[in-house]
Amino acid sequence: MFAYLVKRLLQAIAVMLAISLIAFAIQGNLGDPLRELLGQSVSEEVRQQLREDLGLNDPFLVQYWRFLGSALQGDLGTSYFFKEPALEVILKKLPATMELVFGATIIIIGLSVPLGIYTAIRPNSILSRAIMAISIIGISIPVFLTAILMIYFFSVELGWMPSFGRGETVHIIGSWDTNFLTVDGWAHIIMPSIALSSIMLPMFIRLIRAEMMEVMQSEYVRFARAKGIAPGRIYFVHALKNTLLPVITVGGVQIGTMVAYTILTETVFSWPGMGSMFLEAVNRVDTPLIVAYLIVVGFIFVVTNTIVDLIYGLVNPTVKLARMGA
Amino acid sequence: MTLLSVRDLTVKFGTRGTPVTALHGISFDVARGERVGVVGESGAGKSITGFALMNLLSRPGYIDSGEILFEGKDVTKMSDREIRRLRGNRMAMIFQDPMVTLNPVLTIGQQMIETLRAHRRLSYDDARQISLVKLKEVYIPSPEARLDQYPHELSGGMRQRIVIAIALLLDPQLIIADEPTTALDVTIQADIMELLLEMCRSNMVGLMLITHDLGVVSQVTERTLVMYAGRIIESGKTRAIINDPQHPYTQGLINALPQQTPPGTRLRQIPGSMPTLSTMPPGCPFNPRCELATDVCRARMPEITQFGEVQVACHEVKRLHAELAELEGAQ
Repeated sequence: MFAYLVKRLLQAIAVMLAISLIAFAIQGNLGDPLRELLGQSVSEEVRQQLREDLGLNDPFLVQYWRFLGSALQGDLGTSYFFKEPALEVILKKLPATMELVFGATIIIIGLSVPLGIYTAIRPNSILSRAIMAISIIGISIPVFLTAILMIYFFSVELGWMPSFGRGETVHIIGSWDTNFLTVDGWAHIIMPSIALSSIMLPMFIRLIRAEMMEVMQSEYVRFARAKGIAPGRIYFVHALKNTLLPVITVGGVQIGTMVAYTILTETVFSWPGMGSMFLEAVNRVDTPLIVAYLIVVGFIFVVTNTIVDLIYGLVNPTVKLARMGA
Repeated sequence: MTLLSVRDLTVKFGTRGTPVTALHGISFDVARGERVGVVGESGAGKSITGFALMNLLSRPGYIDSGEILFEGKDVTKMSDREIRRLRGNRMAMIFQDPMVTLNPVLTIGQQMIETLRAHRRLSYDDARQISLVKLKEVYIPSPEARLDQYPHELSGGMRQRIVIAIALLLDPQLIIADEPTTALDVTIQADIMELLLEMCRSNMVGLMLITHDLGVVSQVTERTLVMYAGRIIESGKTRAIINDPQHPYTQGLINALPQQTPPGTRLRQIPGSMPTLSTMPPGCPFNPRCELATDVCRARMPEITQFGEVQVACHEVKRLHAELAELEGAQ
């Protein structure tokens, strides 16, 4: 177990190094930071002097090394626009995004498991066919279109739902304000969460369905039938656990991907999270903020995947964590 | 006393369009405590017969017509609930490959206890005790520890012993064993077969042993059914069939045994291969591979006829017996 953890940690560090290198390399290609800092009415000598002071004339690797050193101390540069440390800007926006991802994850887990199982064990029922047809539509429509359509119908036409912002939030700790403690907060988070889950949910229903159908064909399910086990127990004890093993693996990657999808959802719903912040940063060529965002998202990705791998080891008895480390 | 009586059992596989017939109205009986072997090459319908008895055919297979009378009740007319009460309880099954028969994410104990509790009102601890006793009966070393282990922690032979223990848990009347040793290492095949025989004998359990190993059949069973292309073509006392096979196909099977060929010479085989369900020839299904085939064989399926201790479905065997009887009559 310990050896496995160490191995996982080393892998995570390697991935983070790669992400930081790529993010840093992008920085040099996103326009001239001096233009953002100084504007156009500054003489060439002053520019050269500042360039030298900021270390922009040093070789790439020297600059990267300096960047890494400060990154390890939590300094990912200063946002040109906010004039604040980039990491702080992001961490302020992080809770809003994470609540959105959490809401979408709850929807996905809560619906995909029962619907996936149902469509697998009653593949020919009308309801199953309807679910499968709708899921194809869900996968095919881009998130931003789903979001715009939802706003059009439920906010503009019917006037049931608020169309933008987080509404009333309750302060918890630090920069974390939550949506989940007020009715207004719930009303505001529902549509963005549904929009965010609109691609992953159908994908997971299909994944669970396909896995479940395969497991139902297996010899051990047939043997369970031959033992006279009731169908309910066969579905939920014999088949479900085996079905979920591959789903957990895919799910870990998808949670990370969902953080990326928040860029679209948050922009459409004017959700004050780090996704919409990222898009604004791109428009403003706020390079330090862009780089910091990439690194934070990469970090979230690595952490969720590591946790998912550990959970997988706990669920699947054939995976011995100790042996995996060897 | 008859335990199981199968009459005109027909199984079809309904693919799009016209269904194909996998079992053509087979009939046979198994008496209480009797051990019956079912032999034939792959695709003859042996396993389908076994699964049909428990109504466990996987789609698109289904029982088209016929009766399966088990302890006097017709399995084909039972409700799902009634048949579930039978499975694992009165009638148990042992599968071919123990590596895939047990659920990989449940412990041995869970898989045994759930079986007991599916059929009897037992506390968890009582069910665990019974499981322990059964594991001891099938000679599992340190059974207490095994109950908490997962299938992947045990060898193939050990897993098959556990499958046998599960089959015996509720003291069934009939065990259907579908090639129980085929997937195992040769060195433990004999052990498992011996165990199965011992368990059936000491508990007076009927056994339907599906196999293509004639050696095993002759050692374990009292009666044998020879199947070919979804039909029983010869049946009777195992001794009679092994020593004096009547049907040309049974003769071919026995001649193909390596022991029947002198060392250093080519092994004998039956030329050709069995027809598939969709390319069944008219008349006797064996006629394209049969040396004795005549025009009658190519036109008409022979009916099953009794000759002494065995029943055979063959035009030529019938003709030879008739000629023999005529000669004897003339003398």
